[in-house]
Amino acid sequence: MNVVAKTETGRALGDTFALVCDRLPGKGKISDQRRQAFDAYERLGLPHRRIEDWKYTDLRALMREVLPLAPAPDAAALKRAAAAAKSRAIDGVRRLVLVDGTFAPALSDLGKLEKGLSIRALSEVLETGDGALSAQAFASDNSNPMIALNGAMATDGVVVEIADGTVLSRPLQIVHVASGTTPAAMFTRSLLRLGRDVGATLVESYLAADGVKAYQAHDALVVAIGDNARLDHVRLVEDTVDAFNISSATVSLGAHAHLNTFGMTTGGHVSRYQLTVAFAGEGSKVETNGVNLIKGTQHADTTLFMDHAVPDCTSREIFRAVVDGRAHSVFQGRIIVRPDAQKTDAKMMTRALLLSDEAEADNKPELEIFADDVTCGHGATTGALDESLLFYMRARGLPEKEAQALLIQAFVGEAIETIVNDDLREVAISTAQRWLEARA
Amino acid sequence: MSLLEVKDLKVRVEEREILHGLSLTVNPGEVHAIMGPNGSGKSTLSHVIAGKPGYEVTGGQILFRGEDLLEMEPNERAAKGVFLAFQYPVEIPGVTTWNFLHAALNAQRKARGEDEMSSPAFLKKVREVAKSLNVPQDMLKRGVNVGFSGGEKKRNEILQMALFEPAVCILDEMDSGLDIDALRIAADGVNALRSPERAMVVITHYQRLLNYIVPDYVHVMSKGRVVKSGGKELALELEESGYTQFEDAA
Repeated sequence: MNVVAKTETGRALGDTFALVCDRLPGKGKISDQRRQAFDAYERLGLPHRRIEDWKYTDLRALMREVLPLAPAPDAAALKRAAAAAKSRAIDGVRRLVLVDGTFAPALSDLGKLEKGLSIRALSEVLETGDGALSAQAFASDNSNPMIALNGAMATDGVVVEIADGTVLSRPLQIVHVASGTTPAAMFTRSLLRLGRDVGATLVESYLAADGVKAYQAHDALVVAIGDNARLDHVRLVEDTVDAFNISSATVSLGAHAHLNTFGMTTGGHVSRYQLTVAFAGEGSKVETNGVNLIKGTQHADTTLFMDHAVPDCTSREIFRAVVDGRAHSVFQGRIIVRPDAQKTDAKMMTRALLLSDEAEADNKPELEIFADDVTCGHGATTGALDESLLFYMRARGLPEKEAQALLIQAFVGEAIETIVNDDLREVAISTAQRWLEARA
Repeated sequence: MSLLEVKDLKVRVEEREILHGLSLTVNPGEVHAIMGPNGSGKSTLSHVIAGKPGYEVTGGQILFRGEDLLEMEPNERAAKGVFLAFQYPVEIPGVTTWNFLHAALNAQRKARGEDEMSSPAFLKKVREVAKSLNVPQDMLKRGVNVGFSGGEKKRNEILQMALFEPAVCILDEMDSGLDIDALRIAADGVNALRSPERAMVVITHYQRLLNYIVPDYVHVMSKGRVVKSGGKELALELEESGYTQFEDAA
């Protein structure tokens, strides 16, 4: 029998689960799935640096305490959350708000749903027992301890279904707001299902109400993209600088489907985003772009996994990081090309900009290729701002910080340009701008 | 008071002394040419005046209108009116020329306690200047110097000189990489900016440039010192006899 030495944190999580498992939504089969997920988590334990996939993000060191599960928000919490969501409102999007891990219909825009669009709370789906949908939402990768833990603990989220042939004119936005007055943990899980020939845009935002301290956000997104469908996805993490955010997205792509995803993390003390894309149909294309801007003692990890199982698919990963202070950026990009995935075109590039001597960036590309007729490649650069450019700019009158800001903007701008939607691109630009202004 | 005074300047790069006590006085309205062979310290002088990091001043001083220039950051020097036209202007991808020029101009104005210039006012001004120098508007929309030819890069330097209206312009090897037509265009741009208030220091290896930008004074540098000064005829003399005589003298 395998005996895994449990840490204090690991034991405390077990206690939390025992305490809340009977109150979590979903009975019968779901309840069994939760139990299995928790057992899987327990077997693996809190990930640590000796597990290759978590080498640079050692949760045993970084996640020192277990916080109680956040209670459902009261009126005051909803009010605080409404103000926070409003401060980051994006024109023209349909907003779906999760407050402290609970779907808040009152803060969400559920009016006049386009034909073919269905939106429900995960808790409702689990309770009313749509077996197939619940099963899909809880189709957990229990080999990843943090996805397993999320499967065990998830309290709520949104379930979005978009029927075949529907092209949404308004982007959907899932806003995660932490609003509690005492430190708490949130476990959310959402499902996005795009039928055939669907076109949709999803924004995910993570933020906190004013004055909210140290919280833990655990989120999982399950996405199924149908044949010939397209999803544009933008993810903005603006958690408070003492927050903890572990999020996973698991995407399966049909044939001739297209995913364009962009991520930007400026917030959170410790954050990790794990994106897994499974190519299940031929002729599909994935573009992942991202830029993390971190400073102080922030730790931001982006871990991508492209699983090419079928022929003729393309994936592009371009990840950037701007790292200041003593912050630590991690990028892990893994591409598997399985034996049947001939004519795969997979490329990955990572670029880190270090703004201080103590800033750190770890980049780990991994290519595992089992097919012989493929085009694959990766590249990585890490460096400081170019001194000769800085001097030129200063010689023209720009103070050093301003010159740096222009160069950082240019570096970040190349990533932001990949966002197709004009409004969302502007939002990403202002998010980066806020980071730069806070730095100056 | 002189505009720019370099007094007995000694400069080191790493452990090696490059300038061994160089002096130069420049008054408003004057055009000085500094000539000399490769490695004589011409570019080092221009870099130290502009404040490029990596040089250690071990002796002497540089005064600008009586103020100690060496105590100032490069951006403060620019705001005071010191302009260095680079021998090799850098390319800055992702930063458009007019965004850069607008930010730089406003930074200078702010440092001088003047009001910042609004975007419309700036656009009007930069368009006028570009037009007067025959710089196509399209160049302003591109990344700074990105994909510019050698001639375009130098014209962009002169455009900036015209826009910032500095008191002293240091032109570092402006002729390098230019064919004769591009050289003439660049020189015309510089000549248009000559004025009784503005001084220029033209650093060049070749006499050729001085046919187009005619100096009031010529200084010959060799091995980190000014070894001879004279009028514009000194440049012609050099053209005849070369730098060898001065290398021996130094």
